Parts: sequence; C-alpha cells; structure tokens
Amino acid sequence: MKRVLLLIFLVFIAVGFSASAAQHDEYPVASPPFSEGIFPCSNCHAGMEVNTKKRELKDEHTSIKLHHAEKERWCLDCHHASNRDKLKLADGEIINFTESYRLCGQCHGNIYRDWKAGIHGKRVGSFRGGKRTYFLCVNCHNPHDPKFKPLKPEPPPIRPEQQYGK
Amino acid sequence: MENRHSRRDFIKLMSMGALAGLSLGSLSCTKAGREEFLQKHFHEMTETEKKQVIRRLEEKYLKKYGKQVQISTQPAEAGTLWGYGLDLSRCIGCRRCVYACVKENNQSRIHPQLQWIRVIRLKKGSLINLENAEHYYNPETVPEPGFMYMPVQCQQCENPPCVRVCPVNATWKDPDGIVVVDYNWCIGCRYCMAACPYKGRVFNWAEPNLPAGELNTEVHYLGNRPRMKNVVEKCTFCIQRVRQGRYPACVEVCPTGTRKFGNLLDPNSEIRYLIENKRVFRLKEDFNTDPKFYYFFSA
Repeated sequence: MKRVLLLIFLVFIAVGFSASAAQHDEYPVASPPFSEGIFPCSNCHAGMEVNTKKRELKDEHTSIKLHHAEKERWCLDCHHASNRDKLKLADGEIINFTESYRLCGQCHGNIYRDWKAGIHGKRVGSFRGGKRTYFLCVNCHNPHDPKFKPLKPEPPPIRPEQQYGK
Repeated sequence: MENRHSRRDFIKLMSMGALAGLSLGSLSCTKAGREEFLQKHFHEMTETEKKQVIRRLEEKYLKKYGKQVQISTQPAEAGTLWGYGLDLSRCIGCRRCVYACVKENNQSRIHPQLQWIRVIRLKKGSLINLENAEHYYNPETVPEPGFMYMPVQCQQCENPPCVRVCPVNATWKDPDGIVVVDYNWCIGCRYCMAACPYKGRVFNWAEPNLPAGELNTEVHYLGNRPRMKNVVEKCTFCIQRVRQGRYPACVEVCPTGTRKFGNLLDPNSEIRYLIENKRVFRLKEDFNTDPKFYYFFSA
C-alpha cells in the first residue's frame, strides 16, 4: 500500500515538473530590454538596506518617470523588495524578468489572453517547424510608461506623375 | 478587283513577314534567349525542365547582379490554406510594412517605385468610405488624431477576378490559396490590374531599378525573384517564407503587432483564433471575391 502511495506521489511530482517546464517552453520570449549595465540589479542593491517607504527617488533611477497608475503604485509593487533580480506577483510568487508577462496579465487579463493566443503583440520567426519568439509586453511597452509613443512615418509613395523623374 | 491583290502586295507582305521573323530571331539568337522564348507554361514543365529554367535564370541573375540567387519552386503543401489578419484598432499607419515588403520582395526602388502594400488613411467615423481615402498622407508623426489607417494589399481571393481575366494563364491560384504570377509567361496586357477591385497589382512600366547590393537572394520562382520590364507583380504573402513556415516580412516588421498570419485549415492557428473571437470583416465582400484577408478589431 505504502509503495503504491509513494508511486502516486512520484507521478504527481513528475507531472507537476513537466507542467511547469511546458509553461516555459510554450512562450519562448525575447530577452527583456534592460538599459545597458543595469542588470543584475543586485550588483548595486545587494548591500543596500531595503526602504519600503513610497517616495520620489532622487539619487538613482531618476530617468524613470512612473506614468502607469502612479497614484496607486510604486516600485515595490512589482519589484521584489529583498531580491531585486526578480519580480513579484500580487499573490507573493517570485518570478523572473523573462516571465514579466504574468505580472502584466494580473491586471490586463483580456490582453494577456489575446497575447497567449498570438493576437495581441508580435511573434517572429517560424510559425511551424522552427523557433518562434514571442515579444514580451515590455519589448513594445515601457512598463513604467506603457502608452505606445507616436512614430515618424516612412515616406509616402511617389505620385504617378513623378514616377520617372520628370 | 482581283488586280488589287497584285504581285507587288504579295512581295510587300512577304518582306514584312521576313523582317518580323528576323527581329524575332535576333531576340533569341543566344541559347538562353532561345530557351526563354520557347519556355513552356509552368504547369506543363517537367521537373527537369523546371530545373533547366531555374539554372538559366540563376545564371542570368548572376550576370546582372553579380550575386548567386537561390530560386525555389517549392510547391504548396497539402492541408494549408493561408489567411491573413490585420488589426485595424492597432495600425498607426507608419508604413514600416511597405518598405519591409519592398526589401524582402525585390521591388524596383525608384523610377519606377513599385510597392505591394498601400496604406490608406480614413477619417474616423466614416469607415469604410474608400472615396475619402488618402494614401499620400505625410505628417510629422503618426497616428494623427481623428484618423485611422488601413493597409491594403493583395487579398488572395478564393474567387480571384484577376485570374479569370488573364488571357494567357500567366496568373493562377495555387492550392494553398496564394495567387501567383509567372513573370516569364505574363504578356503585360494588365487585364488583371483592371479586374482587381483592391488595386493589388502593380506594373513594371520601365526596367526595374533594383540595386545589386539590396538584392534579396532567397527567392521563389512565383514570388520575389527579380522581375523584368512589362510584367505585372503583386503580394504573395511572402511565398518564399510562408512555405517554409516563416512569418511574412510585413508581419515581422510591424511595430504594433497589427499583422497576423496563419493556416486557415489549422484550428489552433492564430488566424482561426481571431476569426472565431474577434469582430472581422473582409474588404468589398459584396463582390463575391471571397478574400482570405481578414480585417479585425481587437479593442
């Protein structure tokens, strides 16, 4: 009896492992667009004391202007307080930056659903028989200021009367 | 009356015929020229004959551009029918797709400038009033308030009017739904351009101007191989890419992820998901062209 229980237990563990592995394989993502030399964050933060008080940062990260429900939120709602190389979900789960889509998906559920189906965002590479890469939310949206910025358009087509350089 | 058709007329006629024959002869006096002139229709060629044609063309391109070009004749795969999705609530009209397409598909760059994608600007609230469409818009930045943008390219109709009017069968719909052109068979009559309700086809009025340095050497015989003067060309959903399972160039370049692509016969494809879950429409559906290009609204 004990042996059977042990077997069932082992099977459960194996299934659990393969499920979590599948989750990572299912969405192969591009690397997060860190500013140069900023990651790993622990390079600077390792020896620093954690200050959980919401405040304006004056010495470092001054280029970050939070424009993403900034009244309700600040750094440590998404960045893990003691392990700065990781992000944290609302339920306390600690995740890597490569899984940041799960963090965004907590609020943007319908977009997250479309992203997983490949309708929101962009996928590049092979849709069949090769490597397919998913763009992370943060490859297109700055997480601190997510609204998509206007672009300069490419030039309009040449009018027919100017086609031959006359 | 019989005297009107005199000996003199006969001689005149004969000499004109001989002149025409001579000029034809001079066109095809080289071996390659003769082979090109006598080339069969793509559907009637055997595999060996196709290989000969490919070799001849590769030599021709090597001479002209100084680059070894790989011409594929990869046929359609069973169980595939390509479909395209374009999210009108995301397109910002930046024209990145237009120029990525030109680069990928070896279009003539300038004088003449040929493009397979035309991005039209529409006033918000008057969708889809194509009478008020503008495709020469050129503001500092896009999107502009009060407007929306709608890229139009070949819609790969299931019932393509362009194919029906071609007098020589130089254009046809392949089994995977892509409407293709054999540039070596096209006679340049442009009936297909007149028949297409989407302005999906463009014509090489002059010798294409493609700098050798910008030549994309991975080409398909029925797609992006370099063209010549006096032939019609069009979007093929990047036939050279999609038959290998790769996304079209316009899908990959779009900065807003507006463009979606997939196999309509695969229930798990992105295109099937969006058709089943989003509000979709097809352009000028009332013409019974049955396009495989789905415009949709994600938001």
